[in-house]
Amino acid sequence: MPDVITSDGSIRQDDWVVVPRPADGESLDIPEQPALIPADLWLAGKEHFEDRDDIGVWLDSHDEPETLAGVVNELPVIAVNFPKFSDGRGYSIARLLRERLNYQNELRAVGDVLLDQLQFMKRCGFDTYVLRADKDINKAARCLNFFTQGYQAATDTDEPLFRRRAS
Amino acid sequence: MYVYDEHDRQMAAERVAQFRDQTERALAGELSEDEFLPLRLQNGLYVQRLAPMLRIAVPYGMLRSAQLRRLARITRDYDKGYAHFTTRQNVQLNWPEIEDVPDILAELAEVEMHANQTSGNCIRNTTTDQFSGVQADEITDPRPYCEIIRQWSTFHPEFAFLPRKFKVAVNASEHTDRAAIQVHDIGLQMMRNDKGELGFRVHVGGGLGRTPMVGPVIRDFLPELDLLTYLEAVLRVYNRYGRRDNKFKARIKILVKALTPEGFAAKVEEEWSHIKDSPTRLTQEAIEQFKGYFTEPDYEQVPDVKDVLATQRFENREFDQWIGHNVDTHKNPGYAIVTLTMKKTGTPPGDVSDRQLEQIADLADQYSFGEVRVTHQQNVVLADVRKDQLFELWQAITPMDFATANLNTLTDVICCPGGDYCALANAKSIPVAESIQRQFDDMDYLYDIGNIDLNISGCMNACGHHHVGNIGVLGVDKKGQEFYQISLGGSSHHDAAIGKILGPSFAREDMPEVMQKIINVYVDNRTEEEPFLDTYRRIGIEPFKERVYA
Ligand code: HEM
Ligand code: SF4
Repeated sequence: MPDVITSDGSIRQDDWVVVPRPADGESLDIPEQPALIPADLWLAGKEHFEDRDDIGVWLDSHDEPETLAGVVNELPVIAVNFPKFSDGRGYSIARLLRERLNYQNELRAVGDVLLDQLQFMKRCGFDTYVLRADKDINKAARCLNFFTQGYQAATDTDEPLFRRRAS
Repeated sequence: MYVYDEHDRQMAAERVAQFRDQTERALAGELSEDEFLPLRLQNGLYVQRLAPMLRIAVPYGMLRSAQLRRLARITRDYDKGYAHFTTRQNVQLNWPEIEDVPDILAELAEVEMHANQTSGNCIRNTTTDQFSGVQADEITDPRPYCEIIRQWSTFHPEFAFLPRKFKVAVNASEHTDRAAIQVHDIGLQMMRNDKGELGFRVHVGGGLGRTPMVGPVIRDFLPELDLLTYLEAVLRVYNRYGRRDNKFKARIKILVKALTPEGFAAKVEEEWSHIKDSPTRLTQEAIEQFKGYFTEPDYEQVPDVKDVLATQRFENREFDQWIGHNVDTHKNPGYAIVTLTMKKTGTPPGDVSDRQLEQIADLADQYSFGEVRVTHQQNVVLADVRKDQLFELWQAITPMDFATANLNTLTDVICCPGGDYCALANAKSIPVAESIQRQFDDMDYLYDIGNIDLNISGCMNACGHHHVGNIGVLGVDKKGQEFYQISLGGSSHHDAAIGKILGPSFAREDMPEVMQKIINVYVDNRTEEEPFLDTYRRIGIEPFKERVYA
């Protein structure tokens, strides 16, 4: 059971597993427990999962979130994979899911998720985080809150500093 | 000049605390080299050949005297008593200890300075014309817009891990471009459209380095209120589609080229159409607020000193030359713009000692409302000097070696630190600059050959911008030996161009003579008043080749 950090810094456990993309020629192996499957495979066979409310999807950093337009809110959880923490595409994906596609449910960061990136992720609309196993989860709350405010509007606020100053 | 409010102060303090925490975790082994790397780079800390280097941001080149004094103190307390002005209007320390960096950053924050995003794959310090706000031919003062961009880009949550570094430059002068905007990832030229509305022409995808390119225009006119949403659209397209598989193909210029400028522009417009009216859209009120920080100083009514100055110039030849070269026209007729040159032969271009930093601070207080600007040619500008104080100022700075009257001439060399300091160098660059300065030490001759941009880089990373020098010098490695390749015809101004390679490279000891031959070809071929670049453009590279390789 993975430890999951939430945006307020608390830690909980849940059963969601990330199901890797099957090798060529293999079929997708869906476990009994709540599962996150590659988004394109879910899109291709959406009807097969209609009787389950514990199937979500994951997007890789080169995936296009736009493919989920119109159906995002059928999903209880969307995860975005950071193959390497220095690959910043996941931040744009998150903002597009939230701000463009109006995704309302849980958005989870998975993969090479480290402490010092958590606050950026939060600002871009993530609300849960599965920290890389070797990192100290007890430091997450602090790292989520290094800054009490930001200059820009992002998913977390419609009020960039220049608008707050003016009011 | 911009002054922090409580929000800026709070974020600056939080940033220092964050980096202190990160440094402690790195030293305790909780962060790997690899994980700490982008964190320290985005706090200005770069580790290279001889020692770490700390690059301190000087937003669009502006410094107050108190900040200069603090920099002086920091170089004394934490470094070897000198600093280096860079070609991106920043300041570098070459020998800080890693453990000390959080303390240095805390000291900087006390005077409203920082090292945020001065390295790493993020949006870097925005640069502009060092004569902003005081020149006559400006559309409007670009600095409020630079500050708006600085704040928007600082700790931007979406763009901290771009494929590669990202640099923005703004120019507002109609006739000159001292900010080299066309060789930046984004170059913004301020303009008014036919309705008289203020905005920007947007260039994207310029840059130097391995694949030098002049940035194409991707939008003819961007209204000023749309500045940030449009930048956000450009950055988002780049963040999503810029190459991440090959570091040498990761700059935005490669993406623009791959998609074509039209294709890239279309993608940006598409993205922008969704976010144009988002809360990031600027308001007129916000722009006015930023402008409020860049109001004119309290100019005084300065008596007409034309006659006095004329007499002083007539009686003192060196003063005359200095006025002719290092002093520029100010929009206020009682004032002048003075450039202090940091290019004395024998010292590395851009190097300043702690004492000199303090001297500059004193000069700023005494002669220029307590402010200076750092230029991308690695000099320092006093932007508001009373004309009736020019002679006194000149007398004061001559013994300080800030009055070398070679601004924009061949010996006002732009030069990277090269092999003396930099781990990536193929060759030393400072000794080449020095040998050329010695070759052309006759001032009359130097003035006769006029304005020539000479740029020297120690390797193809192009920190000395050699591609855009009228004469460019690039250090190359030939079987472990240091050689120098010359290119001609580059320009970083409105007529931006990448120089053309002359031919096989030269040994260091031959460089002064080669340079002399190049200048001789120019002198033999020029028409009256024709600057080097124009002669080159008229006669082409062949005559130079013939003479140099004869
Ligand atoms: C002393 C150690 C230094 C090191 C190790 C260093 C390293 C580098 C590297 C690796 C690049 C990468 C270029 C790219 O992304 O393609 C670069 C670019 C650059 N550096 Fe330096 N640099 C140093 C000092 C300086 C100094 C002192 C200056 C200013 C005089 C400077 C100005 C620049 C500029 C302007 C660029 C960007 C050129 C472009 O537009 O692509 N660097 N540097
Ligand atoms: S151009 Fe090369 S040698 Fe010069 S400072 Fe840059 S990386 Fe170093």
